[in-house]
Amino acid sequence: MSTMTTTPPRPHVPLSTRPPGASYRRFKDRAATVALTGAMILAMIPLVLIIFEVTRRGIGVLSLDFITQTEPPPRREGGGYAAGFFGTLYIMALAVLMSIPFGIATAVYIVEYGPNRLTSTIRFFTDVMTGIPSIFVGLFVYGLLVIGWGGMGFGTFVGAVAIAVMMLPIVTRSAEEMLRLVPHEIRNASYGLGARKWQTIVHTVLPAAAPGLTTGSMLAIARGIGETAPLLLTAFGSGLIVTSLQGSPQGAVPMQLYRGAAQPFEAGIDRAWGAALCLFLLVLAFTIVARWIGSKASTNG
Amino acid sequence: MSTEAPEAPAPEEPRRGSLHSGKGRMADPIFKWAVAACGTIVLVILALMVIRTTSEAWPVFVKEGFFGFLFGQEWTTGNSRTEITGTYGAWPFIYGTLVTSTIAIVIALPLAIMVAFYITHLAPRRLAKPLSYTVELLAAVPSVIFGLWGLHWFLPNVLRPFFEVLESVLGWFFLFEGPIRGVGYLSAGIVLAIMILPIMTAIIREVIAVHPIDQRMAAYALGSTRWEVMRKVVLPASFSGIVAAAMLGLGRALGETIAVLMLIGGSQSWGASLFGTGSSMASHIAATFGEAGPEARTGLMAIGVALFLVTMIVNILARVIVWRLGRMTGDAAV
Repeated sequence: MSTMTTTPPRPHVPLSTRPPGASYRRFKDRAATVALTGAMILAMIPLVLIIFEVTRRGIGVLSLDFITQTEPPPRREGGGYAAGFFGTLYIMALAVLMSIPFGIATAVYIVEYGPNRLTSTIRFFTDVMTGIPSIFVGLFVYGLLVIGWGGMGFGTFVGAVAIAVMMLPIVTRSAEEMLRLVPHEIRNASYGLGARKWQTIVHTVLPAAAPGLTTGSMLAIARGIGETAPLLLTAFGSGLIVTSLQGSPQGAVPMQLYRGAAQPFEAGIDRAWGAALCLFLLVLAFTIVARWIGSKASTNG
Repeated sequence: MSTEAPEAPAPEEPRRGSLHSGKGRMADPIFKWAVAACGTIVLVILALMVIRTTSEAWPVFVKEGFFGFLFGQEWTTGNSRTEITGTYGAWPFIYGTLVTSTIAIVIALPLAIMVAFYITHLAPRRLAKPLSYTVELLAAVPSVIFGLWGLHWFLPNVLRPFFEVLESVLGWFFLFEGPIRGVGYLSAGIVLAIMILPIMTAIIREVIAVHPIDQRMAAYALGSTRWEVMRKVVLPASFSGIVAAAMLGLGRALGETIAVLMLIGGSQSWGASLFGTGSSMASHIAATFGEAGPEARTGLMAIGVALFLVTMIVNILARVIVWRLGRMTGDAAV
């Protein structure tokens, strides 16, 4: 307070006079605004370019044949990715069955029975697991199941395990956030009616969090559909429709896309663009619907 | 959610005696143990990962020595089924990973900071949410599509002309020495930068958003311009969060496989020029795994273990910083 009294009174300056350096500061502010806006635009360009190019080159390839026929040799035109679509559907169905129940159960344990030392350890390593390189997950499943203790060889099931390992931390993390949003009053009301803890969780908390859980699961599926690297090492790829659960290599759209794009013949590359459009639309649909469910759920609250 | 949630569970008929019967009493502990068992699966998977891959790769580390493996220049695979006969030096691949990730971070970090500041401080309020969604949509694009687009559109139409200009201006500098092959370290690094931009933007945005508003208002009250508030108030306070974002982005870049594989050129050599072709650790594994014999796959497993170690260190450091900042929510966590 004493400093206030010791400061010499400033000479009166009319408000219209700007302090020294004001125009330079204003210029810097303007320049920064322009630069940041430019950065924003620059960041949007790749997305626009990708959407435009994938649509432009993919749209001509798409037809019913593309989904129902298998791929001819790369230099021949026509045919489609039926094997890939079937394999992706097969692998994703198994991966969803493996990852989503475990992911949600893990989140239930963390939120409803935590925090304790085990739950914070699990949380930390779930976070860490989101950063594991996908190719390493492929190597791990290859080492564990394909040649290791299982000795199962390549196939649908081991591919699904790899995808499930990729999806598990995503499901867990988002489910955890959603369960935390469920208000405590609901739990207390359920206890007040005489429900046990497991009844409260199964009949009250999970239904209340259902839209959020759906959002998280769909985002995880969107991530899983596009995974390529782990499948190269586990499902291995196939140009024909494979119905066996395990034992013979299975195909998938992203793998077939990669192989189509990496070879020199124009017809094969065209089909790869078509597959990219399908894959992109699938991922986009899952992402947007997931966000829509999520935002609807949160505006209700 | 809370308005309709209380109505969600239908009131159940209380079953007579269920609260006190032996079976009902055991239901709670059983449920608890079941979900706890599911929770520990994550830990079991991680432990299995470390044990299984390391034991698989062990013979290579034994033969080459850990540092011999990391810094060895020669990668020649053998065909034996029982012992390690080839020479396994992973340096060319480690170099490729380091170079491409560095390029990606150098490009993406400033851009991510600027985009995050634009969204939080400059964008019209109605645009802020759609803009951040759009940037994050980029994160949803599968990496194989980045690879296809990068190889068949971005490279011939944008990167190659840009490289030619770069080479003619800075060709005397060893980093930009020709010849330009198109695919190479720089192409892979630039596409990687596009790929890691969304996650970095998302995290930096959240870090900026939790910055207390009263500090900003105080700065404005002192007569600061918007730029000065961003530069001198928010940016210093968000520094550790930005470091964490950079490290998470780095973790992504280190492990990215398919897009890099399609753009880096896939040679086993390495050189100083950024136009040169090479391989990253992840791309080399994916490129040669299909045709590799059992011994070569052991060597690839060793590369995988080294890659895992590096990404784990980077990720754990980043997570520790993020955790210190407080609980992050939403997409930044994924």
